[in-house]
Amino acid sequence: MSLVEDVLVGAVRQGSPVLFATHGELVAERSGVVNLGTEGSMLCGALAAFATTVATGSPLLGIAAAAAAGALPALLHAFMVVDRGANQLANGLAIFFLGLGVTAALGSSLVGRQINGLGVAPIPLLSEIPFAGPILFAHDVLTYLALLLAPALWWFLYRTRWGLVLRATGERDEVPFAYGHSPRRVRYLALAAGGALAGIGGAQLALAITLTWVEDLTVGRGFIAVALVIFAAWEPLRAPLGAFIFGGALSLQLQLQARGVGISPFLLETAPYVLTILALVVLSSRAVSRMPRGLSAVFAGAQRA
Amino acid sequence: MSRPKVRHLIAVAIAFALAATLIACGGDEESGAEGQTTIGFLYVGPRDDFGYNQAAFAGSQAVAEAFPDAEVLQAENVPETAEAERVMENMIDDGATIIFPTSFGHLEPALNVARKYPDVTFLHQGGLDTAENVGTYFGTIWQAQYAAGVAAGMATESNRLGFVGGFPIAQVLLNVNAYELGARSVNPDVTTSIVFTSNWCDPAKQAAATNSLIDQGADVITQHQDCTNTVIETAARRGAKVTGYHFDASRVAPEAWLTGAAWSWGPLYVDAVRTIEAGGFEGSKYDGRYRSGLGEAVQLTPFGGAATPEIRERVEAAAAEIRSGELEPFTGPIRDQGGRVRIPGPQPSVEELEETDYLVEGVTGEIPG
Repeated sequence: MSLVEDVLVGAVRQGSPVLFATHGELVAERSGVVNLGTEGSMLCGALAAFATTVATGSPLLGIAAAAAAGALPALLHAFMVVDRGANQLANGLAIFFLGLGVTAALGSSLVGRQINGLGVAPIPLLSEIPFAGPILFAHDVLTYLALLLAPALWWFLYRTRWGLVLRATGERDEVPFAYGHSPRRVRYLALAAGGALAGIGGAQLALAITLTWVEDLTVGRGFIAVALVIFAAWEPLRAPLGAFIFGGALSLQLQLQARGVGISPFLLETAPYVLTILALVVLSSRAVSRMPRGLSAVFAGAQRA
Repeated sequence: MSRPKVRHLIAVAIAFALAATLIACGGDEESGAEGQTTIGFLYVGPRDDFGYNQAAFAGSQAVAEAFPDAEVLQAENVPETAEAERVMENMIDDGATIIFPTSFGHLEPALNVARKYPDVTFLHQGGLDTAENVGTYFGTIWQAQYAAGVAAGMATESNRLGFVGGFPIAQVLLNVNAYELGARSVNPDVTTSIVFTSNWCDPAKQAAATNSLIDQGADVITQHQDCTNTVIETAARRGAKVTGYHFDASRVAPEAWLTGAAWSWGPLYVDAVRTIEAGGFEGSKYDGRYRSGLGEAVQLTPFGGAATPEIRERVEAAAAEIRSGELEPFTGPIRDQGGRVRIPGPQPSVEELEETDYLVEGVTGEIPG
């Protein structure tokens, strides 16, 4: 395969777990709550998926366990932020460290265990299409799910009543409240769903990509997701682009090295961050105008005096 | 200075004095058990990583077994920062008189703590600096990588080997170079591609790196990573053969496994503790930069299913020659990728080798600037 094809296959493959987490963070932030604990949800999901697959031999049960385990830390975040009025950023970081520590302790006996995991399931016919086939249609099932979630979330946000309530909660929560909806309940649900999605992203890392559990398996991918939500300007249809840029940069530098091309991996690895900053600079006025207004207290830049 | 501030300072000073007294008393109490040695081990990662840290942890278990009366303190995930100094000082407060900081970056913190505690002996793994109470030791693991390269050079059909490295430090470059030299000693056409992941344990990136090497035709994969599971799994699933590193992980892929370079620290740790206990640290091999060779702290793992009888024979012959000193993997002239002679003579010193900053000819890939 050509370099472009190899890199794009890698971009989708490596981008997919981050895309799940990005979808999850996007749902949470649309309700007006930032969850820096997404990394912790990914880790809980990865461990739960791996442990369940070791115990039962079923990756599908593993994915279900990952969704539940990913939702748990997010619910704790909801409790602290929504009910106890904790600082969102500080509490999110605390949730991340909690997840890192708890999964490291609980998972230590699972290091080195083997699983069968999720294999590649090429989609008949579609995967035969030249160029696009291997890039988009020859992955594990979770990758297809991550891709389908982008339009599904768009449809949910903009075409359903519940999506409207979610968006309204993130914008001006007194409005849904006036119509009889509880912003508290919406935020709990949004955070739980977001944590579950991040957990599934962790499951994909453990079950499909690495077939491994080690502590800190995610190595910061949950934080990338938080940045990618801003990059995507809170729009589900833009999230895949950001996630694939992350996966593509990672894949490109490895593919170039394997071809003996001298390029600094340190430099290339900053690509997703550089792109996020660039996107913020270029789109900042537009991005800020698209930002759920409920986040402005958390995210507003320092105001000019 | 205004009055309230002075009062503040006095209060803080009294609090510190009290705390110091309490800690000192606590210390006396704990070291009260006569004749009981306390030995501390620090690891940069988890002790069950199937790699570098697990190998060191296994060594500490051998110490615990050899000295049943000794107390062995363990600290995992100790970063290579001032945090390591705090961990070591805590161990000393708990009575430790011998400390093994086992990661490369634990050397600076160990030297700092050693200055404050002249009665505590530090044995650092892999360091190039020593002090009166700090000795360093390591193993010439590149010798085992050379022998594993022999296996890879015979097993490859594409004549392309793949190496998943962490960072371009001398120890990694030395291993890649030895691997290629070992492979070329049995197969003049073989090349080794190196990919650096800029991380010691990011399994998803390891998977991508392994895939990128196999995409380019590599059919035998090895690595220099702290956690080793994912590279082996990924390579085996794509039908490539593997040689291991740090630790015998052959059960991850018994059929794809050729052999591997691994640590066996137990005997060295035990002997070092015994030497220090007998008061013989000064003047012993452990008070400098000791390097243990193949057959001692450095071992070849057992052969796996991919190793044919011919491969086993050649690898064992090469290993025996290295052990006896007949074979030096880096016998000059050794040329780098640009054709420049880097090692002219037959017997480079360990110092010379551990300053390696080049890749030998036959290695594809560049050292990131």
